[in-house]
Amino acid sequence: MVYRRLSVVDVDLCVGCQCCMFACNRRFAEAGLSRSAIHVRSAGGFERGFVVTVCRACPDPPCMKVCPTNALELRKHGGVILKPEKCIGCQNCVEACTIGAIFWNKVEAKPVICVYCGYCADFCAFGVLKAEPLEGEKK
Amino acid sequence: MMEEDSLSRILYVDLSRRRFWVKERPELFEKWLGGAGVAIQLLKEECPKDADPFGPENPVIFAVGPLNGLFPIASKTAAMFKSPLTGNLGESYAGGRSSIALRMAGYGALVIKGSSETPVYLAVHEEDVHFREASVLWGMRSSYTVGRVIRGREPAAGVRTIMRIGRAGEKLVSYACLVTETYRHFGRLGLGAVFGSKKLKALTISGKRSFKFKKPRQYREVYDKIFEQLVTSPAMKKYHELGTAMNIGPLNEMKALPTKNLSSASFEKAEDISGESFAEKYLGRRVACAHCPVSCVHIAALREPYETEPYFYKTKMISYDYELIYALGSMLEIPSPPEVLKLIDEVETFGLDAMSTGVALAWATEMQERGLITETELSGLRLRWGDAEAYTKAIQMLVEQPNDFFRALARGVDYASLKYGGSEYALAFGGNEMPGYHTGPAAHVGYLVGARHSHLDGSGYSIDQKWSAAGRQPTAEDVAAALISEEIWRQILSSLVICYFGRGVYTQEIVVEALNVAGYPVSYQELMKLGAEILKAKYEFKFSQGFSFEGLKVPKRVLETPTPLGFISEDFIRESVNLYRRKLESL
Repeated sequence: MVYRRLSVVDVDLCVGCQCCMFACNRRFAEAGLSRSAIHVRSAGGFERGFVVTVCRACPDPPCMKVCPTNALELRKHGGVILKPEKCIGCQNCVEACTIGAIFWNKVEAKPVICVYCGYCADFCAFGVLKAEPLEGEKK
Repeated sequence: MMEEDSLSRILYVDLSRRRFWVKERPELFEKWLGGAGVAIQLLKEECPKDADPFGPENPVIFAVGPLNGLFPIASKTAAMFKSPLTGNLGESYAGGRSSIALRMAGYGALVIKGSSETPVYLAVHEEDVHFREASVLWGMRSSYTVGRVIRGREPAAGVRTIMRIGRAGEKLVSYACLVTETYRHFGRLGLGAVFGSKKLKALTISGKRSFKFKKPRQYREVYDKIFEQLVTSPAMKKYHELGTAMNIGPLNEMKALPTKNLSSASFEKAEDISGESFAEKYLGRRVACAHCPVSCVHIAALREPYETEPYFYKTKMISYDYELIYALGSMLEIPSPPEVLKLIDEVETFGLDAMSTGVALAWATEMQERGLITETELSGLRLRWGDAEAYTKAIQMLVEQPNDFFRALARGVDYASLKYGGSEYALAFGGNEMPGYHTGPAAHVGYLVGARHSHLDGSGYSIDQKWSAAGRQPTAEDVAAALISEEIWRQILSSLVICYFGRGVYTQEIVVEALNVAGYPVSYQELMKLGAEILKAKYEFKFSQGFSFEGLKVPKRVLETPTPLGFISEDFIRESVNLYRRKLESL
């Protein structure tokens, strides 16, 4: 298995269609946005382009360090894996992520965290997103 | 409908009492789908027969449908109200993030009743509804600023819509629009003025729901099929590359581009203001509505120097489309993109409908040229074809209405020509100003008979072009038959609510498949029957508000300027209108 992360190749290519957000939610074959781990918003109005927020798969993730129940485990080469059965829904991880890449599922009261599958990139018609191997995987 | 779908929830807001409540109306959404189908039913329930468009009794209805949020390019919201411009059915659509926001907030429709005594804006964040103070926003010169303020004050960036009116809406210009996400509009028939009459400056909605399916695998299969076509089909590529402005060149070439108040149907400077010219020299960014990979919205970057200081510039981002270049370009003989863009920007700043504004200014120019009005009526202005500076001032006066003439013109060319003459070249149909297609009889008959008097009713402009290409001269029967059959299908698309740009992808089969996934086991035949019923419901409303086919006026100018299908006669138009009426009656 190759450990990957999602990267934003060129944010200026983004048209703000948010098809990536809907794709992420469709991983669970659901329509909508509540389980989406990627976010696109305007950079202060559509005229200024967009901000695309995805998990960077940090090698030393701040979200993990603030979890009181160790529900976030370090993934090989970076990023975290959520163990939902341990999560108490405190939202410390949401607060701790410097770039705001941990989202909140209100219905389930659990964080929504990227699993680095790259499904969103398949639905980006403009080449904004790419799933790429992590540092440790690069030769 | 799907289980646990929130589509059937309707949020009612009463601005007079500052109350809100939710009603579950599954029967409404099961029978009428959503969008136009549901909105017309709600309008019939809520809008009294003799409602004053500016009275608290005039409701504003927004509705989405079962495919919004589920499938791509189902990205529009239907709005219905009584139009201050036509005094009849107001029907307008917009994309941006409006449709996704309303659907994801957990509603199928929003009904706004009453009117506020002081300026408010409404914030709907899923279950939370707030009436927020908007006195400070009232009177602001630019609708851009209003958007900026609300962006900073409200949560949910990325999953919200921010609809707002400009000064034109506040000043009750009958064709003021409702702006959403800066560059999209509920453009036609004066929804902005209805907001203004309610002292409702803005409306923001947000939400992040999800919907489950009984057949999840089938959902992904149908989704992938639609998505693939949207990103690969050549028709969609054109919308992405040049946008709707791509039509300037071809329409000018076939002599169907209304120019100089339709005294001509081609413009000698058309190449300079073509989609290619705009894209090559000014295109700064392309953006998309939420959940649409086509990205047809084209935004120009216009760099302008400040005259007072050397080497000091501002760069404005201004969105352009075919209709805007027609109305504020060829119609006024404006020969260059920067000047067209500046006029568009002015219209955007005040929140006006660009089409009605362009037609109004073109009519006023011809009136002055013929000496029917003078600089006295125009408050000292001299309107000349191609003079963008004078038009900029005229746009401001349309909004501020310093005298009787501008007060009249702010009610549309139909009304103004009743007072000042010149109805022969006042280009309005059923009270609504003309769109940018002089393609042949189907276009004009379509504007006349259409429920909202728009080119989007039945798409006569597209039917004409097919006949032109095939070298076929249509009969009145052809015109009526083609318009009504297209219009019936369009009721379904606008109930779902799919953007018409995606109509080539959303074929009968795809729509049926998508609806099946969404929990609506329907056949194409059933849909066509429903489309006919929705259309009939719209005309029932129109008739109840005083509409009649007999009362429709044909501006003479339309008959004087040849179309690609030759001259049109009034008799031919009347015959087509009668045939359309009979077909409608027999539905």
